[in-house]
Amino acid sequence: MIVVHNISKQYRKVQALSEISFSVGKGEIFGLIGPDGAGKTTLFRILTTLILADSGTATLNGWDIVQDYCRIRENVGYMPGRFSLYQTMTVEENLDFFATLFRTTIAENYDLIKDIYSQIEPFKDRMAGKLSGGMKQKLALSCALIHRPLVLFLDEPTTGIDPVSRKELWAMLQKLKSEGITIVVSTPYMDEAMMCDRIAMIQKGSIMTIDTPQGIIDKIPQKIFAVKADNMSCLLADLRKFESTETCHTFGEFHHITFRYDNEKLCDELKFYLQKLGYNGVKIKEIEPTIEDCFINLTDSRI
Amino acid sequence: MLRYLLEKEFKQFLRNSFLPKMVIALPFVALAVFPLIANMDVKNISLAVVDNDLSQISRQMQEKIVSSGNFHISGYFDNTEAAMKSIEQGSSDILLEIPQKFQQSLLRENLGNVMISANTVNVMKGGLGSAYLTNIIADFNGDLITKQLPETANAKPAIEVRPLFRFNPNLNYRAFMIPALVAMMLILICGFLPTLNIVSEKEKGTIEQMNVTTVNKHTLIISKLIPYWVAGFVVTTLGMLSAFLFYGMLPRGSILLIYLFAMVFILCISGFGLIVSNHANNIQQAIFIMFFFVVTMIYLSGLFTPFRNMPEWMQLIGNASPLKYFIQSLRMIYLKGATFMDMQRLFYSLCALTLFFNSWAILSYRKKS
Repeated sequence: MIVVHNISKQYRKVQALSEISFSVGKGEIFGLIGPDGAGKTTLFRILTTLILADSGTATLNGWDIVQDYCRIRENVGYMPGRFSLYQTMTVEENLDFFATLFRTTIAENYDLIKDIYSQIEPFKDRMAGKLSGGMKQKLALSCALIHRPLVLFLDEPTTGIDPVSRKELWAMLQKLKSEGITIVVSTPYMDEAMMCDRIAMIQKGSIMTIDTPQGIIDKIPQKIFAVKADNMSCLLADLRKFESTETCHTFGEFHHITFRYDNEKLCDELKFYLQKLGYNGVKIKEIEPTIEDCFINLTDSRI
Repeated sequence: MLRYLLEKEFKQFLRNSFLPKMVIALPFVALAVFPLIANMDVKNISLAVVDNDLSQISRQMQEKIVSSGNFHISGYFDNTEAAMKSIEQGSSDILLEIPQKFQQSLLRENLGNVMISANTVNVMKGGLGSAYLTNIIADFNGDLITKQLPETANAKPAIEVRPLFRFNPNLNYRAFMIPALVAMMLILICGFLPTLNIVSEKEKGTIEQMNVTTVNKHTLIISKLIPYWVAGFVVTTLGMLSAFLFYGMLPRGSILLIYLFAMVFILCISGFGLIVSNHANNIQQAIFIMFFFVVTMIYLSGLFTPFRNMPEWMQLIGNASPLKYFIQSLRMIYLKGATFMDMQRLFYSLCALTLFFNSWAILSYRKKS
C-alpha cells in the first residue's frame, strides 16, 4: 500500500529525516514509535503531500507522492497532532464541511464513522472549540474518515488524552483495520506500540528497526533484570558503576539492567556488590523485556 | 466547491462577535469623528489686545477682527508685558498691539502701525492666524481709505488681489480629507482582514487540514478574499452615504466611477495582503508587517500633505503606493467631477500595481508549498 524509499528532509541545519525506507501492506496498522523530535510529523507531512522531501520517493497505492498528489489527497485521511478543525463551527458543521469538500455526505459514509461519531453526536450543536480533548480527537478522526480514505495517517492521536478515550480510540482503529483501511499511526507511548501490527522505531530522523512488536522484543540479545533496593536514587548510579553493567535505566519501581555478557553468576555477583555498598532489601529478578526496554536498548546501542 | 467554502467563510465571519459590527461602524465613526479632529482650518484663535489708543478707529478694527469669526478676544491688557504673559500661559495665541495716537497719525500722516505677535509653537495656528489677521487689517485699511479719504482712493488705483478658489471654494479641509478616509477604511478592511484570516488559519493549523483536501489553492484563496471584497463595497457605500449625511458631500463625478476605482483598489490591496500572509508565520508578524507598509503607504500617498511636497526620490517611491492613485482619483471625482478620460493615467497605474502585487502573491505562494 505504502512504499517509502530513501526519503530525506532537511530543515536549515537540522536533518529531520535521513534516508527513510519502509513499506506498509494493505489493512495494516503501522506504528511509528519515537521520542519527540524524531521526525515522525515530518514524515507524515511528506506522505500526505503537505511538504516535499529533499530526496527519495514514495508511493501510496501506486501513486507517486509528488506527481499524483491529487489522487493521494482524495484517498488519504490525515489527523494532525494538533487539533485543527474550525473552532467557531459546530461539530456537525465541521463534519458536514469536510464531507462536502470531498464531494460526499455524512449519510453516505455514516456506517464507517458511526461508532466514534455517535459518541459526540449528542453535542453536535456545540462549537468544536468548546469540546473536551477526547471529544475533539473523536471529531477530528470522524472528519479524517468522512471520505472513506484508503490510508489513514494519525499523528500522535492519543497525546494528552485520558486512558479511557485512548482505549476507545485504539479499539476504533482495530475496527477500521477490519474494514480494510491502512493505518499509519505515530505515538510516543511505548505501550501503544504493542497494538500495532508492525512498528518502526525512529530516532533522530532514522529508522532503527522495523518489525512486529513481538519480533522486536525477541530480537533483544541480552537478558534483562529488574533490580530493587531501599535507596533507589543512589542505586542507579551504583548500578552503572558495576563493572559488568551495559545499560541501566529506571522503570517505575525497578531499575532495569543488562549486562555486557551472559553469565549465570552475574546476578549473585551484583547482589554481593550491592550488599557490600550497604544496600538493604536488594531484589534481582529476570524479566520479560517490554517494548520500552527494546527502545532504550536500541537507543543506547547507537550512541 | 467555492460555494461551500464561501458559506464557511461567511459563517465564520458573521459568527465572530466583533467583525461584522466593526465593518458597519467603522465608516460611520471614521467619517463622523476623524474629520472633526484632523481639521486644518484654524478657528477660535484667542487674541490678546493691547489698545493704547482707545480711539474710534482702533475699536472699529477690533470689531472687524471679531466679526470674521476666526478670532475671539481673550482679554484686554494695559501693557505688552501683561499680554505676553497671557500668551506664555497659553490663554492667548496672538497679540495685537495698537500704539498711542494711532488714529491721530493715521488721519494726519496717513500712517499707522500695529504690532502682531503670534505664538508659533503650534505652527498651523500661529502661522495661519497671523496671516488671517494681516488680511483682515489690510481689508480694514482698504475700507478706511475709501471712507475717510475718498479722494486719495480714487487718485491711487491699487492692484486688488481677489483669489478665486476652484473646486473647493470655501477651502474646506474636510472636502480634502473625506475621500481619503474612505480609502483608508478600505485598506483596513480589505487589506488587513483577509491577511489576518489566512495567517490565523496558519497559526491554528486549520490550513493544513484544508491542504490535505482536494480543494486547490486558488479556490481557497479566492474564498478568503470574496467576503472582504463584499465588505469593501459595503464600506465604500456606507462611507459615501455618511459623507452625505454628515457633511452633505456628494461626488461631483460619477458614483459608478468611484466603484470602479474602489474595485481595482480593493483587488490591489488584498493582493498586497496576500503577499504578507505568505511570508508571515503568525498573527504578530502579519500585523507588524502590514502596519509598517500601510503606514508608509499612507505617508507616501499624499493623504495628509501634498504629494509634490516630498523630495523627488521620495515621490518615486511614493508612486508604488496604490493609496496615492486611489486617493487622487477619489478627490478628483468628488471635488472636480473628473471623468474616466481625465483619470486614465491613474487608472492604468493602479491596474499595473494590482497586477504586480497579485502576481507576486501567487508566485510566492507556490514557492512555499
